[in-house]
Amino acid sequence: MAKDLPIKARTQDFSFYYGSKQALYNITIPMYEHRVTAFIGPSGCGKSTFLRSINRMNDLIDGTQHTGLMEIDGTNVYASDVDVTTLRRRVGMVFQKSTPFPKSIYENITYGLSLTGSKPKAELDEIVESSLRRAALWDEVKDRLHHSALGLSGGQQQRLCIARAVSINPDILLMDEPCSALDPISTGKVEELITELKDSYTIVLVTHNMQQAARVSDYTGFFLLGKLIEFDRTRTIFTSPAQKETEDYITGRFG
Amino acid sequence: MNPFRATSKHIGEHVAEWTIRIVASFSIIVIFLIFVFVFREATSLFVAPAAKTEAPAPTAEADLRPEVYNPDVMSLEERMAAETSAATDQDVYNPDAELTPAASEADQEVYNPDAVLSETSAAADEGQDVYNPDVELGTPAQAASTQVEAPTAEEAPKSLWDRLTGTVWQPVSEIPKYGMVPLLIGTAKTTIVAILLGAPLGILAALYTAFFAPRRLRNIVKPAIELLAGFPSVVIGFFCLSIIASYLQDILGTTFRLNAIVGGIGLSITVIPLVFSIAEEALSAVPRSLREASLALGSTEWQTAYRVMLPAAAPGVFAAVLLGVGRAFGETMIALMATGNAPLPSWSILEPARTFAATIGSEMGEVVWGSEHYGILFLIGSMLFVFSFGLNAITELYVKQRLIKRFQGK
Amino acid sequence: MITFQGHLAPHKRIIGFFAVLVAAFAAVAIIGLLVSMLGTFTIGGLQHLTWSFLTEAPRNSNMEGGIFPAIIGTALLVLIMTILGVPVGTATAIYLNEYAKQSSVFARSVRFAVNTLAGVPSIVFGLFGVGFFVQFLGKGLDGAVYGDANAKVFGEESLLWCSATLAVLTLPVVIVAVEEALRAVPRELREASLALGATRWQTIRRVVLPNSLTGILTGSILAVGRGAGEVAAILFVGVAYSMGSDLGLTEKFMHLGYHLYVLATQSPDVEKALPLQYATTLVLLALTFLLNFTAIYIRSQLRRKT
Repeated sequence: MAKDLPIKARTQDFSFYYGSKQALYNITIPMYEHRVTAFIGPSGCGKSTFLRSINRMNDLIDGTQHTGLMEIDGTNVYASDVDVTTLRRRVGMVFQKSTPFPKSIYENITYGLSLTGSKPKAELDEIVESSLRRAALWDEVKDRLHHSALGLSGGQQQRLCIARAVSINPDILLMDEPCSALDPISTGKVEELITELKDSYTIVLVTHNMQQAARVSDYTGFFLLGKLIEFDRTRTIFTSPAQKETEDYITGRFG
Repeated sequence: MNPFRATSKHIGEHVAEWTIRIVASFSIIVIFLIFVFVFREATSLFVAPAAKTEAPAPTAEADLRPEVYNPDVMSLEERMAAETSAATDQDVYNPDAELTPAASEADQEVYNPDAVLSETSAAADEGQDVYNPDVELGTPAQAASTQVEAPTAEEAPKSLWDRLTGTVWQPVSEIPKYGMVPLLIGTAKTTIVAILLGAPLGILAALYTAFFAPRRLRNIVKPAIELLAGFPSVVIGFFCLSIIASYLQDILGTTFRLNAIVGGIGLSITVIPLVFSIAEEALSAVPRSLREASLALGSTEWQTAYRVMLPAAAPGVFAAVLLGVGRAFGETMIALMATGNAPLPSWSILEPARTFAATIGSEMGEVVWGSEHYGILFLIGSMLFVFSFGLNAITELYVKQRLIKRFQGK
Repeated sequence: MITFQGHLAPHKRIIGFFAVLVAAFAAVAIIGLLVSMLGTFTIGGLQHLTWSFLTEAPRNSNMEGGIFPAIIGTALLVLIMTILGVPVGTATAIYLNEYAKQSSVFARSVRFAVNTLAGVPSIVFGLFGVGFFVQFLGKGLDGAVYGDANAKVFGEESLLWCSATLAVLTLPVVIVAVEEALRAVPRELREASLALGATRWQTIRRVVLPNSLTGILTGSILAVGRGAGEVAAILFVGVAYSMGSDLGLTEKFMHLGYHLYVLATQSPDVEKALPLQYATTLVLLALTFLLNFTAIYIRSQLRRKT
């Protein structure tokens, strides 16, 4: 069945180096459109590095290199004629620590839009509302759109970041441990969101919480020490994993 | 088709980035410019042939009215000359009291402010053109060639190096002398006093605030000492000149009210907060685990501080002292006001001294642009610059390397 | 039975006592010095610090009257110095913190240059002011504007060149303070902005800078505090002891610190001059301390926020 699904992004023998230190070893993975793909593994195994390579956030670090292919919609993301800022507008990212700008809620959402020139206020209002609705935050903040975003709770801030990422209508949404700093209730809300959002976007999720991956994702990849040990449908990984390391990790024998 | 092609040319971005990069290079450019333009004014010394170096005889200076920066006010020399007779506690370089050994040389070399005065005021009366770059040193050399004969008969023209390493500094006299030895001794004297006083005080105070003081006291003492850093050096110089000098003279009964020790004390006042801040930072940067480990072994606070923390912070503390030296070396206002400003080649700290920086400060206003004196002052400036540059380089490279190695366990 | 006392030999305890005492004494001595300095100036000069002193011009070759021109001169000096120096310092700090790759030679050279600048003696800056600004730039400007390199308009000591010299001297102060403010902006904010497709400059302009304005302000104030008290660097680049009525960029000017220096070293009547000296010192100190305290206060507020 996986063979019929359209692939939004994929990598082929992708290796990544911090200077001379190798962090990823020949990763080959498909990421299916309108599906949630989750990466699990113990800390330091390279899953965040991989995620950040998709939208080239690792370029910010000195001395990084890669080999192999990283493609989105059939285009090599690291090709020389690719403009990184355009890439990042098509690939949104939500970080582990919620990072609202010290501006108003309204300004946070319109930030991404304003980067490419000014737009009429009516259009901005509309996008703000739809983004906040999609992040399940609209009802809670609609009366204080022009208050500072820093006044929101942790869970609300993270949903704000999701709304902000969604406001520029990306194709792919990358989420790097989005719930690790949140309480269980907020976590639940965000997980609900993820399930709704996949209808509109392709979601790639990194989490150290196995149960979350089991709850929310369609496909799961297990990383260990920079290598991709196993990649399959989530149900398969969690009920009958093929590799012994996968099974050991799932059953809590290490990690 | 590449869906990630740039949609706009990002011109503004490139402009912004390159503007910032160019402006950031200003610092490098400035250092370079300082090198070039300070050395440049000194190069006239090396380029001018020997005959020209005889040129700035007093008569020559009469033709070129010296470039005084205060044409409407009396020059420093004139003021000081007026004061000499009044015998106030102003510091005046009094040749009769100090220059007895040197006085045995030809008597026209005694620094006689009155003689100079008559020349300069004569020039002022004639209302001569202030300075005229066209009137190069060649002209006065020709004009003064007759007067110059007497000195040249006495001594063959010395090389620049010989003259700079002499022991008499008398730029304003019939035969100007640029022996830098007294300046070197003066600078060394005052700097040594400043460091001997300032470094221990600063380091000990840093130890106190870092390890011995209770929190509340620390929050008072630390800012108070750092407040000392905010005093402009002219104010410190004034304090030394008026209060400390008298106090010290009462206690020690010295002949000279303003001398190297007063100047050294003044310099130490600027050294102390500097050494304190950097040493305190270095001490606080030692990992707390080291301190706890030592205490856990049964050491007392003071044993830990002196025998574990201080050695661990040694590179930083050493850097603090080095920077203190650099500061004392280059400090001008205090040296101008509190040291007595007399270039005596004596190592006694109870006698006045003249530092390199003070020499530039006091004589720069009176020199003729382009003259040998001018060039020598710039030469001194170049030396100061090279010294501070070298000191900084050593601190940066050597000390930082040591620090890094130490904490990497090599 | 375990006892926890007296495990140190008695002589070691005495050493210990003295070790701490010596350190404490050092701290006390330094503070004593501070207090005596402040005390002397306040006691000696406070009564002379009248309104007329602050607002009048000097009379009788500076033996009477006020120091108003010196206050104005100093104020103008630091104003122009700030206008010249803060933008350059801010841009340099932005480069160092936002654009520079740590491994690049250029970045390390800039840092080294800034550190070197910080250590250069102020008198050397004065020589630089004469050798570069007055003699080179000034004469060049005269030649360009008036066609005569000796026109002595720009090619002379003046307020303009003093300000420029001080701007160069205080550059490291500004750079360090602004860098500190830039570093206080969390890395995640920058990443969030870049991940939304902002360019680096857009991120700086719209996220980083607005959050570092207080730091830039602090840096400017610290620089002004440093520049206001600096005398050696402008000793022969443009200060005067008595002024005509002209006040202009290309003119010389009176300056508080320089005024104090001349009063202290060249007054014909020492008795009469002493209260004036103290009062001038108080004004200079008040100015310097006010500026420093404001900067420190702003900076501590900034630190509390992060």
